[in-house]
Amino acid sequence: MLRRLRFFATLAWFTALVLGLASNPARAQLTIEIIGGGGTTVPIAIVPFAGEANYPYPLTGIVGADLARSGLFKLIDPAGVNPRPARADDVRFGEWTARGADAVVVGSVTPQSEGRVEVRFFLLDAVKQTQLAGFSYVVAPSQFRATAHKIADIIYEKLTGDVGVFSTRIAYIAKQGPRYELLVAEADGYNAQIIVTSNEPLLSPVWSPDGSRIAYVSLENKKPIVYVQSLATGQRQVLANFRGSNSAPAWAPDGNRLAVTLSRDGGSQLYLINADGSGVQRLMSSAAIDTEANFAPDGRSILFTSDRGGSPQIYRLTLGTGAVERMTFDGSYNVSPRHLPDGKGFVFVRRDGGRFNVAIEDFATRQVQVLTQGASDESPSVAPNGKLILYASGNGGRGILAAVSSDGRVKQRLTAAASDVREPAWGPLPK
Amino acid sequence: MHQLSHRNFRHALWAGIAIAALLAGCQTTQTPDKAPVEERTPSPGAAAAPGAGTAGTTGTGVTGSATGTQGNPLRDPRNVLSKRSVYFDYDSYAVKDEYKPLIEAHAKYLQTNRTARMAIQGNADERGSREYNIALGQRRADTVKRMMLLLGATDSQIETVSFGKEKPRNMGHDEAAWAENRRDDVVYAGE
Repeated sequence: MLRRLRFFATLAWFTALVLGLASNPARAQLTIEIIGGGGTTVPIAIVPFAGEANYPYPLTGIVGADLARSGLFKLIDPAGVNPRPARADDVRFGEWTARGADAVVVGSVTPQSEGRVEVRFFLLDAVKQTQLAGFSYVVAPSQFRATAHKIADIIYEKLTGDVGVFSTRIAYIAKQGPRYELLVAEADGYNAQIIVTSNEPLLSPVWSPDGSRIAYVSLENKKPIVYVQSLATGQRQVLANFRGSNSAPAWAPDGNRLAVTLSRDGGSQLYLINADGSGVQRLMSSAAIDTEANFAPDGRSILFTSDRGGSPQIYRLTLGTGAVERMTFDGSYNVSPRHLPDGKGFVFVRRDGGRFNVAIEDFATRQVQVLTQGASDESPSVAPNGKLILYASGNGGRGILAAVSSDGRVKQRLTAAASDVREPAWGPLPK
Repeated sequence: MHQLSHRNFRHALWAGIAIAALLAGCQTTQTPDKAPVEERTPSPGAAAAPGAGTAGTTGTGVTGSATGTQGNPLRDPRNVLSKRSVYFDYDSYAVKDEYKPLIEAHAKYLQTNRTARMAIQGNADERGSREYNIALGQRRADTVKRMMLLLGATDSQIETVSFGKEKPRNMGHDEAAWAENRRDDVVYAGE
């Protein structure tokens, strides 16, 4: 009897081990490398926090990695400065400017009750010899990763003037053989979680404005159907499953409605629908393909792709008046519009000479700048600070993701070890 | 005291791996149960030869449902009805003349068999926006449906859907692969 028990215990252990290896989302985890830096970088020294080494969770290493990955900072090695400063008062600015640092970050980790710690940090301008920021957090050490992202956000904002996006999440689709996964990871690619898995294609993930839900398109029933899924509960419901194809979901800024492309009345046309799938309302009627709707941040207009002029171009629909205005005029293929969060322009994909690249257009000047140089770039998604654009890249070979800054200078590459990755969607700023 | 014997250990190891392999093959939580739909894979290069349309209207009786084996014209390789794919040029949804006999044959089949139903699945090659390619595939499917309606089929017999560039038949990255993937497939209910 005991022998049989031991047999089954061992059996269960091996089963769990092999299963754990088989369904490991780490296969689709992203590795992000910077392959092009910004025009000018801020040299910054990040001194390991006093007491940090007592915990098995990295902290300042993540702060440094976040800032370096943005392409706007150059990390200055703090080695050789003794004693290591942990408080603003301990910093001798001359030591740091001698090393080429314009900014210094110091801090400490001190135990509190019940296993929690206080993380305290200071950001100092070594040239002006002033303190730019000082904050403290009481957290469990297991929250060091999130705390590091918050610290990096503060440093980024103080030194660039822009909101940091290190605490955001990104969604993307990974394909491995016949299997598709929709994953959500931290903005640095870590902690990828599988949200949906399917043996049929998934595409077009889009975040609700509050970050609580993702809408996406699934081909699991042999036709495109739009679903909305809650990230907290994993529950999903059908948003649109009308006759024919249902695709291209886009959230309105209030999070209560979406635009979708439906073929139920013939052709591909734009409709509005409530987030619970009720209240379908046709937006426009045309004899053309109308698709890829994307709401302006103020909710008053929608950019969309249409071939009503004979080739796919980008148009803007003003919701109040119903007026439609063409936005792109260069070339015969301009698609996939995505507004910038400040409402001043949009990114899109253009085809030129057989190559597909991400470009950006300013509403006021109508100037277009091509940002990427791949052979087949697609599916751009803009960071909520408007400074970085994630997109899918790949030349028929393995699909990877890439990012480019809105001025074209900073370039990143995001790869997954064993998967084709595509369809990125940058999540909103945390509340 | 009883030690776990080496033999027991090995049995547990292999049994565990076998069970894990079985379980790992199942869907994980998020995909709902669905009735399995057989993957339809029409034979490649299934273009109808000009003039072959006449063959479908003679010979075996064009009656009955889409399923069944013996005498089913939809499965008879000598019958144009077994040809299910219409191919398109780049960026185009225009139906070329060489496919009109095939389309006419299927339309006549629907006209004669009022309970027969089909899906026309539109596809695009791998280049360009995924969502625009869903719409382009939809256009290709709708165009063939419209022709069939003019030739005797009824609207409720045909659903048009698009797979965009998501389900290529040819996984290559050259002109030949792209040409094969720019197509509509006709799939009858029950297949």
